[in-house]
Amino acid sequence: MASGVKPRVKVPKTAAAGEAVTIKTLISHNMESGQRKDKEGNVIPRSIINRFTCDFNGENVIDITLEPAISTNPYFEFQALVPEAGEFKFTWYDDDGSVYEDSKKIALG
Amino acid sequence: MNKLTGAILATLLTTTVALADPVDDNLVLNEETQIVTRTAAPAHLSDVLDEVMSGWLFRGTETRAMQADDFDNPGMIFVEQAMETWDAVDGTEGKSCSSCHNDIDSMAGVKPTYPKWDAKAGTVQTLQMQVNECRTERMGAEAWDYDKGAAINMEAALSSVSRGMPVNVAIDGPAQSTWEQGKEMYYTRTGQLELSCANCHEDNYGMMIRADHLSQGQINGFPAYRLKNTKLNGAHDRFKGCIRDTRAETYSPGSAEFIALELYVASRGNGLSVEGPSIRN
Amino acid sequence: MELTRRNAIILGASALFVAGLPKQSAAAATSDELIAAFTGGAEIGTGDIKLTAPEIAENGNTVPIEVSSDTAAEILVLAMGNPTPSVATFKFGKLAASRAASTRIRLAGTQDVVAIAKLDDGSFVQASSTVKVTIGGCGG
Repeated sequence: MASGVKPRVKVPKTAAAGEAVTIKTLISHNMESGQRKDKEGNVIPRSIINRFTCDFNGENVIDITLEPAISTNPYFEFQALVPEAGEFKFTWYDDDGSVYEDSKKIALG
Repeated sequence: MNKLTGAILATLLTTTVALADPVDDNLVLNEETQIVTRTAAPAHLSDVLDEVMSGWLFRGTETRAMQADDFDNPGMIFVEQAMETWDAVDGTEGKSCSSCHNDIDSMAGVKPTYPKWDAKAGTVQTLQMQVNECRTERMGAEAWDYDKGAAINMEAALSSVSRGMPVNVAIDGPAQSTWEQGKEMYYTRTGQLELSCANCHEDNYGMMIRADHLSQGQINGFPAYRLKNTKLNGAHDRFKGCIRDTRAETYSPGSAEFIALELYVASRGNGLSVEGPSIRN
Repeated sequence: MELTRRNAIILGASALFVAGLPKQSAAAATSDELIAAFTGGAEIGTGDIKLTAPEIAENGNTVPIEVSSDTAAEILVLAMGNPTPSVATFKFGKLAASRAASTRIRLAGTQDVVAIAKLDDGSFVQASSTVKVTIGGCGG
């Protein structure tokens, strides 16, 4: 696992049924592009988050393929529909096989 | 062809002039904390500047927006890491920062007064030195390297709880001689390019230096998350970069020279809000 | 532009320069290949796709962009001047409240950023935006 990787998500605590909510996500990650060289001139191997998904109660909101051109500490903002109370699940997939997860409950209100 | 060149030149000049002035914009953090990004210059600067301005005003629209919301501000990732360190026991005494200081929010108001005179040490201390004093003398832990990961992250965390408070470093009393030393450095030309801090940041702020917008060189926003290296940067590291760019032998972060310079430069921003962790280029 | 002797020299020099460039590394797909893979060779029109990017990016490391559409199922983003042009592909699920997303991207220099959307009706549309990436001041 790459060191210091920590997901953050921002989701409102409540929403009306059928409401659109704005979600922000940020994960601390170097996103080593595979384009850089170290001091000895060797290429530093690519090591990035290559996929991010957001689901709500098992139904997909967004599925993003990331390439090395996504900045360090990948940030996404998008909107989700909240048909009922439930839980958002966020998943980040690392090149090294690690999977980072976070989840947020949202109540109707 | 001449007509075309003329038109292009006119466009370039217009663009440059439009970009050169600091923007007229207002920084409110998380829709609640008002940040003072321009204010009347402190008395000791009144013969050279009317107004002091945060570097925030010299940055682009997108960069400014990134600082206005803690979630959008990648510097807060490092603040969160330091918040965990705050509660983590380290060293032979079995203590964490919170063992003595409780919640980090209780440190609001500390950052704006640093660097400051420390009677016991008999010297001016920066906030990072104070943190290391706690670590080595009270926690029995090892000192952190100056402006490096753990140290700069902790300085940013301590700064974050003081955001919106005015910078207010003392320049008189026992700190005065250190302040005078910093002032002397600020106005002394160095390096093969023979540039002083003042040549760029007092005489020419607002101008473009190649494609970059020269600010007043205020440090109220430090530690700063820089887009160029995507991490938190300390004021001493920034001084080092500037001095290197004058093609001079530079000082080390944590050196007596940079402590003096930090006190003097901080005092030029007395009255501006603490902003760290800010977003800069 | 009139073809004067001076311009002819410049044109000739540029042609030489292009010819002298090394080939793209075999591993990196070209933007044409990436677009073909996304569209399956279908024609790309204009319409329901919007790309928002700064006209001038202060630093190429972190350039905020937004893609939005009313009816896109998927949006491919390419940075045409990067060593590898792929940036991201956004697929919108059943619970996407809008076909829009924002992120921050790396641009190796001044270039065109392109967003190609596959719409619900199966057609493809594209939008592009030129982003000027500024270089630093005195090396700092």
